[in-house]
Amino acid sequence: MDKIQLGEYIKSIDQDLGIKEGNQYIEVTVPPSKLHSLAKQLRDDKEAQFDFLFCLSGVDWGQDLGVVYHLRSTIYEHVVVIKTRTSDREYPQFDSVSDIWKTADFHEREAFDLLGIRFTNHPDLRRLFLDSSWGFPLRKDYVDDINIVTK
Amino acid sequence: MEEKEKNINPDEQQEYVINMGPQHPSTHGVLRLVVSLKGEIVKNIEPHIGYIHRGIEKMCESITYPQIIHLTDRMDYLSAHINNEAVCLNVEKALEIDIPDRIKVIRTIMSELTRIQSHQLWWASFGMDLGGLTCFFYGLRDREKILDIFEETCGGRMLVSYNCPGGVMYDIHPNFQKRVKDFIKYFRKILPEYDQLLSGNVIFHERSKGIGKLSLEDAISYGITGPTGRGSGFSCDVRKHEPYSAYDRITFKEILHTEGDTYCRYITRIDEMWESMNIIEQLIDNIPEGPFAVKMKPIIKLPEGEYYQRVETARGELGVYIISDGNKNPYRVKFRSPNFVNLSVFNHITKGFKIADLVAIGGSLDLVIPDIDR
Repeated sequence: MDKIQLGEYIKSIDQDLGIKEGNQYIEVTVPPSKLHSLAKQLRDDKEAQFDFLFCLSGVDWGQDLGVVYHLRSTIYEHVVVIKTRTSDREYPQFDSVSDIWKTADFHEREAFDLLGIRFTNHPDLRRLFLDSSWGFPLRKDYVDDINIVTK
Repeated sequence: MEEKEKNINPDEQQEYVINMGPQHPSTHGVLRLVVSLKGEIVKNIEPHIGYIHRGIEKMCESITYPQIIHLTDRMDYLSAHINNEAVCLNVEKALEIDIPDRIKVIRTIMSELTRIQSHQLWWASFGMDLGGLTCFFYGLRDREKILDIFEETCGGRMLVSYNCPGGVMYDIHPNFQKRVKDFIKYFRKILPEYDQLLSGNVIFHERSKGIGKLSLEDAISYGITGPTGRGSGFSCDVRKHEPYSAYDRITFKEILHTEGDTYCRYITRIDEMWESMNIIEQLIDNIPEGPFAVKMKPIIKLPEGEYYQRVETARGELGVYIISDGNKNPYRVKFRSPNFVNLSVFNHITKGFKIADLVAIGGSLDLVIPDIDR
């Protein structure tokens, strides 16, 4: 499916999803509550078959914290980008997709480690790179006390 | 005493835990594996990483795009040139710059040379892991010839930093074409020796065939790319599926094997070295004339938006995801590094094998630790 067909296909799943045609891929904004069911449907549907999660990135959008999922189908070669965000900076929480794509396990641990985003139903959510006493460095309000990163 | 020895049954013993690394020679870097064993059987592996986490993604947020090039060198240091290319292609795509053919061809030749030297070093250390020390000498001897070519043209040997947004740093050295052709001629004669030494060795077959099987479904679900994924039959070569630089004008085949064991991953990489030589031979005699770099503005600012670029490094698919807010620094950079993802399958494919196989499987995954930690 090309970008326009993909947009129509996703509209047919749920009318309320925000669909934007990015300069490269089609971008779908989904509320956290619908994330897991949409992800499952995108992988299992015969016409979509997004079986390969090739990138999962946590992003700090200033006000909100969010996660961006890049999905590709190894059969049809089409790509969709799924975005979800929450305004709760104290306890940001999303459903884990590691039961759908196993690769999400490590990616989600990385997002938890660097941005403090929690994933419910994750099998083993621990810090990956940093010590547990460290803050969340990829957040925009992170204070770099000893000037490790910035000059 | 005799009575006591009789009673030892490994199956009835409790699991015990040992640390492998972070300074173990076969982990090829500071990777610590916490291995749960029952007798000699591996029950569980838990990788502990972060020993050389430098926060490259955070650092990128406070530097400019041409400066990012020098950090990507230090992720997967054996595919340094290809990492740089990913960032450059992404910046050029965002600015909608047309790149002249000469640059595309030079970049492709350099990428393939990088791939060959990376596979040579992998072959050298993989052989050494399994007890064949001769491999190490052979591999490094031949890799030196490529590094000499790099040194002459780029100035650097390993961390070349040869790419820059808009082209390459300098034009190729007058000797470049001759030396590359000499190398290909030499290496075509030498590569069958690699097969004689290791690929056809019975001891090596015993230690690699049927060990660490990864099925196609699991390879896709775990997102395993590169020669590791292609050894399981996962067609994931970005050069074929989403051609960049000069890959759309040459003919080459994607190496696929279906068994998915350690031996298949090994043979995939050997075949890829042959294929890389084919690619270089198609291009080396017809490097088009033209400038080696497009003139860029002194301060590069990407238009607001999100850009994603995939390239095929020696270890798999590297993705560079840049979110720009229109400033000279990126708002957020994410590197989808192949080694980080490939490490996640380690536990899955090692369960149930012996601890000696752990070294063989780890070697066949070809992990580079700075790329995992970033």
